[in-house]
Amino acid sequence: MPELIAPIAGNVWKILVAVGDKVELDDEVVILEALKMETPIYCEESGTITEIKVKEGDAVNEDDVLVVFG
Amino acid sequence: MFDILKDLIFSSGLVSLTGGNLAMWLISFVLLYLAIKKQYEPLLLLPIAFGILVVNLPLTFLMEPEHGLIWFFYHYGIELDIIPPLIFLGLGAMIDFGPLIANPKTLLLGAGAQAGLYVTFFAAVLFGFDLQEAASIAIIGGADGPTTIYLTSKLAPHLLGATAVSAYAYMALVPIIQPPVMKLLTTDHERQIVMKKLRPVSKLQRVCFPIVTAMTIMLVVPPAAPLISMLMLGNLFKESGVVERLTKASSNELMNIVTIFLGLSVGATMTASTFLNPKVLFIFFLGLFAFVISTAAGLIMAKFMNLFLKDKINPLIGAAGVSAVPMAARCVHKVGSEANRRNYLLMYAMGPNVAGVIGTVVAAAILLKNLG
Repeated sequence: MPELIAPIAGNVWKILVAVGDKVELDDEVVILEALKMETPIYCEESGTITEIKVKEGDAVNEDDVLVVFG
Repeated sequence: MFDILKDLIFSSGLVSLTGGNLAMWLISFVLLYLAIKKQYEPLLLLPIAFGILVVNLPLTFLMEPEHGLIWFFYHYGIELDIIPPLIFLGLGAMIDFGPLIANPKTLLLGAGAQAGLYVTFFAAVLFGFDLQEAASIAIIGGADGPTTIYLTSKLAPHLLGATAVSAYAYMALVPIIQPPVMKLLTTDHERQIVMKKLRPVSKLQRVCFPIVTAMTIMLVVPPAAPLISMLMLGNLFKESGVVERLTKASSNELMNIVTIFLGLSVGATMTASTFLNPKVLFIFFLGLFAFVISTAAGLIMAKFMNLFLKDKINPLIGAAGVSAVPMAARCVHKVGSEANRRNYLLMYAMGPNVAGVIGTVVAAAILLKNLG
């Protein structure tokens, strides 16, 4: 199942999707905060969200899974 | 009774006020507004602004040598070179050199951006400044507050207020200054370049880096010692992971305390007589020029390096060689994401950004060696 992974380390600031949402390429999925800057993370491919693996406030490292879709 | 009143009036500062003092009050109020309402670098701008205000209230003798409260902060903190190195200690305890270690080529970008300093140096000399003054103005382009203060307090202390305010103001304005330069010097295609993933950096490498860097730089450029030793010590605290109390103290308590004394002292050097002269306008202009040229130099260096590289670097990260950490890196990320949303340049830009800090210190040390 394709996953959206964190491209940089940071804190999860906002989650913009819910399980079941359909997303397209380049949709904003999650906003991370890194170095005091809001960094939107965009979808790499289209699909439907099946699982959100983080919650707002979590600290993530590079390569951590943020969202799973099918 | 009348005598007491007369005495009170004539010993008050009111009668000694000059027009210059009032002008400086205005400047202080503007800076206070920017710091408090607009939140421009408030940690520094607020004490600086207040320092300006109090030193332009006559007869307080706050900056009187050997007697003034603020003079003592200034003399022991800045003139004796204690404060800037301590700020570097805190900075090192907060900086992550990982992206630089993962991609050492970016050291060249940090160095390349410093070329802007030398161009500004010559420009300043052309404008009529003497060599020491020109060096202090050139270092503004390094976008590093403590280094600017360190060098200026040694080479041209009468310009301290102007260069320091200039440096911090332009650092806050990086998001406005850099993007036009970045867009001018790079093509759309170049800005979209996605870089190869950074290799993971081991703990051993992270611990060895500050030690090796400190030794190398201090052996090659000894005048860099006060700043570089503190920067690397702070970083060693952080990367060793075994002295968390020291790391925390360096990056929080110590940093904050020292910032208070720094801001206040620097502001207090800005008396009406030192600040209100045409040289200062040139300094603000040349400071901006320095930032622009350094950004350009970093970008051009990146483009040049790309001629020889198989895994291209995104030339935008060259702009982060201007060591306003992490403002320049953030700016690079933003401009990069405008070209390609799924390009996350932030960490790549941190490489040259932190390399630039080292580069600016080395540049300052070289200037100091030749002109001090």
